[in-house]
Amino acid sequence: MSGTGIAMKVGEAPREKSGPLIATAYWFYDRILPISGGVSLLLLWQFVIWFFEVRQFIAPSPLDVGAAIFSDWAILLDNFWLTLMEAVAGFVIGNIVAILLAIAFVHNKTVDKAYYPTAVFINTIPIIAVAPILVMIFGNGYTPKIFIAALICFFPTLVNMKRGLEAVSPASLDLMRILSAGKSEIFWKLRIQSSLPFLFAALKIASTTCVIGAIVGEWVGSNYGLGALILEASYNYRAPQLYAAVAMAAGMAVTFFGIMIFLERRVITWNPSQNH
Amino acid sequence: MDMSSQTMTNSEDIATDVAVSFDNVAVRFDTDSGIITALVNVSLDIPVGGFVTLLGPSGCGKSTLLRTAADLTSFAEGNVTVLGQTPAEARKNRELSFVFQDATLLAWRSAIDNVRLPLEVGGVKTRKGSASPEELMELVGLKGRENAMPHELSGGMRQRVAIARALVTAPRLLLMDEPFGSLDEITRDGLNVELLRIWKETGVTIIFVTHSIPEAVFLGQKVLMLETNPGRVREYMDINLPYPRSLHDRDKLEFVAIAAHLRQQLETC
Repeated sequence: MSGTGIAMKVGEAPREKSGPLIATAYWFYDRILPISGGVSLLLLWQFVIWFFEVRQFIAPSPLDVGAAIFSDWAILLDNFWLTLMEAVAGFVIGNIVAILLAIAFVHNKTVDKAYYPTAVFINTIPIIAVAPILVMIFGNGYTPKIFIAALICFFPTLVNMKRGLEAVSPASLDLMRILSAGKSEIFWKLRIQSSLPFLFAALKIASTTCVIGAIVGEWVGSNYGLGALILEASYNYRAPQLYAAVAMAAGMAVTFFGIMIFLERRVITWNPSQNH
Repeated sequence: MDMSSQTMTNSEDIATDVAVSFDNVAVRFDTDSGIITALVNVSLDIPVGGFVTLLGPSGCGKSTLLRTAADLTSFAEGNVTVLGQTPAEARKNRELSFVFQDATLLAWRSAIDNVRLPLEVGGVKTRKGSASPEELMELVGLKGRENAMPHELSGGMRQRVAIARALVTAPRLLLMDEPFGSLDEITRDGLNVELLRIWKETGVTIIFVTHSIPEAVFLGQKVLMLETNPGRVREYMDINLPYPRSLHDRDKLEFVAIAAHLRQQLETC
């Protein structure tokens, strides 16, 4: 038994038949195993640090990081909120612009032809190289960080949303034509809903990359936020604090991702793979 | 549910009893490998209230013929009249409905909301005598499943929803493009019987494309056989089997003889 999703599905019938013992076993596979897997890796990390007597400024142990989170909680939290604000603002702005542009591209072939290649080109510029440019333009405030977070969200959403709006079956377009539906009716009754599974795929990507964008922005020119804290901690060999800041950033991204999955399940109540 | 009266009385704009008329129609497609003639010299009349099934080898233009009547494909030559109007006018006036091979339900709408779709778009004028979505769900045998989502329904049930959706605008012409082609035989048989019942109850004119000779003979008052390269009419024959027909009629000698004749024709198309 591999404990994969497929194996679980195959095992559903016996689960009903075979009573609480089997049910407990499946619950173990479902919930306990992933958690204990993660814990085992933390224990291994702790063991390696202890066994090879790695010094704390090179790599702290999980316990050191935990202690740092506890002792530096106020600093971490202050910077966490700043980075969170930038990431959320970037996420919202980047995705809204991407969605609106995707709608424009789908409805106007000329705009699509003229600007889509540029949009693709902008995506190929390394985000870390754009950051100094934006800092030069917008200065040291929030703006360049939000801009970078928005930029990093923008492209996957643009591409996915465009694909989603176009992922309408020829038969359903025939249906709408038989019903003499206008362009806007086709948009609101058909295209928007067909695009939602694609949009959420992009939003899940953006929910984690917006945190990266905000942190990269803070690296280039900032003395606040988790990004700045990460740099400062590493310059000063405060490894536990560095790891704690990284853990906070990862926690933020995971939370955003979880929110997206929650929203996706609430919004997409149908079975997108079967689009008929 | 009184749908038959509407179909019979709503005839102020048709002088004749012809529902669909093809007059020397040719359809051509401009493809990358040149112009392809899909249909040529097609002339035929389909009577009001009739049930015509279309047979023919793959690529003979059965679907094209249907799509031309529905204004989904334009024709290059000749003339097509649908209930005394051009296909585009008939489409805009909601005279016709189309059932596709795939049920083409919107996955995010419940069954009944899919049936309601035609009433929400295209500036619909609700016609006198049109049945409500609830009544139509009952007509197609899906009472109680109104709020089921498409993915919770079987293929046959989804096609029933598609038929209810097609009927919600009270069309006078129902165009069906291999609607049961992807269903298993037992489901298909059941839906054939129900389709004949619905045809009788609504009085709608039906043109029905199929690959199946038994299905064509079982359903149709007339069978139109097309041949290929280029697509043209091979035979337009009456099926002189009385209605109501039951599935057992397919084992009767007359039925088998007609099917055998059509099979022979099909082999040389």
